[in-house]
Amino acid sequence: MRRYSIFTVFIGLLALQGCATPPLRGTGDLGVVIERAAGSIQVVETTHRTRLGQIAGLGDLSHASVNYSRDERYAYVFGRDGALTKVDLLKMRIEKRVMQSGNSIGGAISQDGRLIAVANYTPGGIKVFDSETLEQVADIPAIDHTGKPSKVVGLVDAPGNRFVFSLYDAGEIWVAELRDPAKPALHKFTNIGKEPYDGMITADGRYYVAGLFGEDGLALLDLWHLDAGVKRVLNGYGKGEQKLPVYKMPHLEGWAATGNELLVPAVGRNEVLVIDQNNWMEAGRIPVHGQPVFVVARPDNRQVWVNFAFPNNDTVQVIDVPSRAVVKTLKPGKAVLHMEFTPRGENVWVSVRDDDRVEVYDSETFAKIGELPADKPSGIFFTPRAHRTGL
Amino acid sequence: MVKLLNKLFQVAGCGLLCVAVFFPGLAQAEPTAEAVAPAPARQKELINLVRQDCGSCHGLRLEGGLGLPLTPQALREKSPDALKETILYGRAGTPMPPWKPFLTDAESGWIVQMLLKGLP
Ligand code: HEC
Repeated sequence: MRRYSIFTVFIGLLALQGCATPPLRGTGDLGVVIERAAGSIQVVETTHRTRLGQIAGLGDLSHASVNYSRDERYAYVFGRDGALTKVDLLKMRIEKRVMQSGNSIGGAISQDGRLIAVANYTPGGIKVFDSETLEQVADIPAIDHTGKPSKVVGLVDAPGNRFVFSLYDAGEIWVAELRDPAKPALHKFTNIGKEPYDGMITADGRYYVAGLFGEDGLALLDLWHLDAGVKRVLNGYGKGEQKLPVYKMPHLEGWAATGNELLVPAVGRNEVLVIDQNNWMEAGRIPVHGQPVFVVARPDNRQVWVNFAFPNNDTVQVIDVPSRAVVKTLKPGKAVLHMEFTPRGENVWVSVRDDDRVEVYDSETFAKIGELPADKPSGIFFTPRAHRTGL
Repeated sequence: MVKLLNKLFQVAGCGLLCVAVFFPGLAQAEPTAEAVAPAPARQKELINLVRQDCGSCHGLRLEGGLGLPLTPQALREKSPDALKETILYGRAGTPMPPWKPFLTDAESGWIVQMLLKGLP
């Protein structure tokens, strides 16, 4: 009798366990789709191309971006309203959430995975948080060399537990070294050019490049040689021609570094610029359908996919890198906002905001192989970003 | 007379677009800004444009981003006509682009009214 009851309790416990724990799974094929207007995110899975769940209550997610913890379990979501939310992809719930400023624009996770930095517009600067607890560990206001506050853009992580970012209003680039978060060491570079609007870092974490809105050109910083300072490259690529009005700022996070070449969106021109990474000179231009917003390389660097600013945002073009030719033009639908490759690049996921869906394409045949409903989707972020510098 | 016709159409649940379609001349003769509300379908498009496409610089909730905040509090003191012009012609030397290729004068005026009231 007694034996029987222990057995029952045991079985009962097992059953309870079974309820509380979802089946074991890895996270390497997971991702997040931002539903910008609803303030929710979808957790998706790229192996069977399905949606695993939806998490609501994340606030204003326009221009939201995501970083991942080094174990690829937690997503850190940076909202426009200044919120930083830590989401558990396995338990499918919000783990922690802090309102850290009035208005923010993106974030980065440190090399060692312990620090989360957030770039803010108001008040301009970066704030740094412990990635486990989301407790603030550093606050670096962006006060320029004349004492004026500035919006911060183009924040990326760099080797050496450093963060690099640009001051939009001031035209400065700062490198913050946070080996000891209590005492951030700052290197400031002034007069780097007018209105840096975003920045990127090459995959090896060596070169930081800021795109300039106020003039034609890019600002380049070699992180191996900080004393060499910031260099201007591609000066005057617009050749003094009047640039077209810009209805959406290009994003540099997706700048494509394809080995020896860097493909970047031209500001106010219907072109993708090719930069030779050996001498940082212009190596060519590729005419495209509109003003590029994201220029994203497939992981094998053979192709680059491009989407465009309003009013050409119904189109995606594929550039074949060796021939620098547009080899495919797709019309996914109204307002294509983002593209994200699966870890090895066989598929690309495309968000189509005004048609409320995400489409999945085979990157070799360009055939559409799947579709998922989503509420005004914008950014798509897959977990392998956890292991890439600058993403 | 024009006003009356317009009223009639609006009462008929048809809005200004019908007027514009059936009597383009009449729509032209309408005074700009206040009275002229775009047709309901176009209103929806414009609200989406403001939230989403203006929102990419001004924030989805228009509380500011790279662009200035466009909330009623932020705009209250400003001249509606000047704001309408800013939307149509942009502001040189800043990222604010001209929207004239995509908006009529009246639509720009209507957007200003909506911004001042607070977007639905
Ligand atoms: C590419 C970015 C961008 C987009 C897109 C954009 N704006 Fe702007 N807008 C700006 C910037 C930057 C300013 C501030 C200009 C300045 O510094 O004077 C501004 C200023 C304004 C102002 C003047 C505000 C004031 O207080 O004087 C209005 C009104 C405005 N925008 C409306 C709109 C509307 C409506 C749309 C969409 C149809 C739009 N903007 C889209 C960047 C943008």
